[in-house]
Amino acid sequence: MKKKRISTISLAGCFGCHMSLLDIDERILELVKLVEFDRSPVNDLKRFKARCDIGFIEGGCCNEENVHTLRKFRRNCDVLVAVGQCAVMGGLPVMRNAIMHSDDPLRECLETAYLNSPYVYNPTNDIPNDPALPLILDKVYTCAEVVKMDYQIPGCPPSGDILWQAIVALLNGRPSDLPSEVIKFD
Amino acid sequence: MAKTRVIEIEPITRVEGHGKVTIHLDDHNNVREARLHVVEFRGFERFICGRPYWEVPVIVQRLCGICPVSHHLAASKAMDMIVGAKKLTPTAEKMRRLMHYGQIMQSHVLHFFHLASPDLLFGFDSDPESRNVIGVIDKMPELAVQGVMMRKFGQEIIKATAGKKIHGTGAVPGGVNKNLSIAERDGFLRDIGKMKKWAHGALDIARKYSLDNLMAVQAFAVFNSSHLSLVREDGALDLYHGNLRALDAGGNIIFDQVDYRRFNDYLMEEVKPWSYMKFPFIKSRGHIDGWYRVGPLSRMNTIGFIDTPEAGKALAEFKNLTRGMPNHMSLAYHWARMIETLHCVEKIEELLNDPDLQGTDLMVKGERAGEGIGVIEAPRGTLFHHYKVDENDLVTFCNLIVSTTHNNEAMNRAVKKVAQDHISGKPKITEGMLNHVEVAVRAYDPCLSCATHAIGKMPLAIELYDADGNLIDRNSQYL
Ligand code: SF4
Repeated sequence: MKKKRISTISLAGCFGCHMSLLDIDERILELVKLVEFDRSPVNDLKRFKARCDIGFIEGGCCNEENVHTLRKFRRNCDVLVAVGQCAVMGGLPVMRNAIMHSDDPLRECLETAYLNSPYVYNPTNDIPNDPALPLILDKVYTCAEVVKMDYQIPGCPPSGDILWQAIVALLNGRPSDLPSEVIKFD
Repeated sequence: MAKTRVIEIEPITRVEGHGKVTIHLDDHNNVREARLHVVEFRGFERFICGRPYWEVPVIVQRLCGICPVSHHLAASKAMDMIVGAKKLTPTAEKMRRLMHYGQIMQSHVLHFFHLASPDLLFGFDSDPESRNVIGVIDKMPELAVQGVMMRKFGQEIIKATAGKKIHGTGAVPGGVNKNLSIAERDGFLRDIGKMKKWAHGALDIARKYSLDNLMAVQAFAVFNSSHLSLVREDGALDLYHGNLRALDAGGNIIFDQVDYRRFNDYLMEEVKPWSYMKFPFIKSRGHIDGWYRVGPLSRMNTIGFIDTPEAGKALAEFKNLTRGMPNHMSLAYHWARMIETLHCVEKIEELLNDPDLQGTDLMVKGERAGEGIGVIEAPRGTLFHHYKVDENDLVTFCNLIVSTTHNNEAMNRAVKKVAQDHISGKPKITEGMLNHVEVAVRAYDPCLSCATHAIGKMPLAIELYDADGNLIDRNSQYL
């Protein structure tokens, strides 16, 4: 069987989903026999080398760069999988959308961090604004709000066992047979 | 005005999180400026306000899936103050320590084996296609398996103490919610000998790397700086609790045995427009000279000794290299990290043999307070959590200074030094040269996810700009 080509990325996530993938432990030796890794934060491929069969997305979108990256993944992967609560529903970062009684939650967050903290030394009273920094989005978006997603794996993070079963099922083109209590959200 | 070009390394790979490096070159390809940017922003310090305090230890770890336990425990320590738990029960304190040692072990092992070792084993200029953990699996399967199994051991310790390998719930304000069963204990004791052997093996690789390449290690991304960490009252390494000590570059005390609850009398953070990550500094030395380093290298510099025998010996040899003066070599972080890994394995063994872990007295409570501060030595350095809570139990204020943030200035200096040494004046910029820059960043094991919290998260990138700020090139290998 030809090795499937897979690629992974962390957008507005905490890397916990990537860490959980490493929690497949010694099965990683089996995984590298089944798949070829294209672009991923664990290797030094910074751009896609070839078209991929599956792209795994951790995290939703909180800045323009996340959106560009996600669109690139959509164009370059046959199947796109949202891994974990952040990619599926926005996760912790989405809490900034829901600050109560605020017309401009993003501004409030920035002011709290850079202007109003008692520890801050900020003589010019500027919020970071260099052109090297990508624009922050007005709110945090889930992956499915930006591109079409094919599958989702819930959990924060989904455990190594769940990821393993889901990946093996995907590679074999079979439905995953995870018992429902395993997919419960925590 | 002379023209400059800017190179961008984006994303920086084999670091935890997202970051980007920009390098500004003039007409003669001399490096004018080199910067590490954190490019993502979360806003945690604002949106946590209004949530009940007991949620915080569980929520806050979702800033960072690499060392969630550090945030879990720093927040729990702060919340211990809120519920008036002045002294935890022995079972609670030891369960938390066990969790923490498991955490540092897995994080250090992950960094060394999965992320950094390809550079050290294959060379900074080696083929980028196989310069990764899969390359290690292919070429040195036995070593790769040791890395995988050591990380697994640490993760299993976390699961047994926190309930889950990532984002657990074991620590609660005033204590913990479980003890360690005899069956769990015996399972770990069965493997501990093997872990110690492998920890020695990894330490040997890191030590030998530094000694065999001493000239290079002494020159690569080296600069003088102050160092800061927690230390125990007697000066020993203590990763879970202690007082603040800071040394200047010559090893003189700047402050010592400072109660960490007073940290804001000593530290401040500067905001710079080109990064979401702030720049902390020691107040008494001002915002220009007050920067310092934290993490394994700094801890080896600040502490007097290690109280476990084998890591203690390893520390003595480490300190001998610089004759007891502070060690300023960025690449020596790897060696320091492996000394700590061995220390954690020794500590885990000590704790597993302690019957207190099977105790049933898990929680204490006292007089309710309105403010809590928790500080811990996370894998990457000192981590500060500060909260205020109102009479309805809701958080009204939060400030975090995460480990990686303290090293912001240092990483920027490392990037600039390596860019000047390896890129300046070269007619053509190769992938290998740019990887040198990333190697310097990787030495600090920056957790860019963490640094995102209020601040930003960095895909690490290199870009090339001209003097007018136009993007000229991304290094072609990266396109
Ligand atoms: S789903 Fe959970 S583990 Fe995954 S990136 Fe989000 S916060 Fe981290």
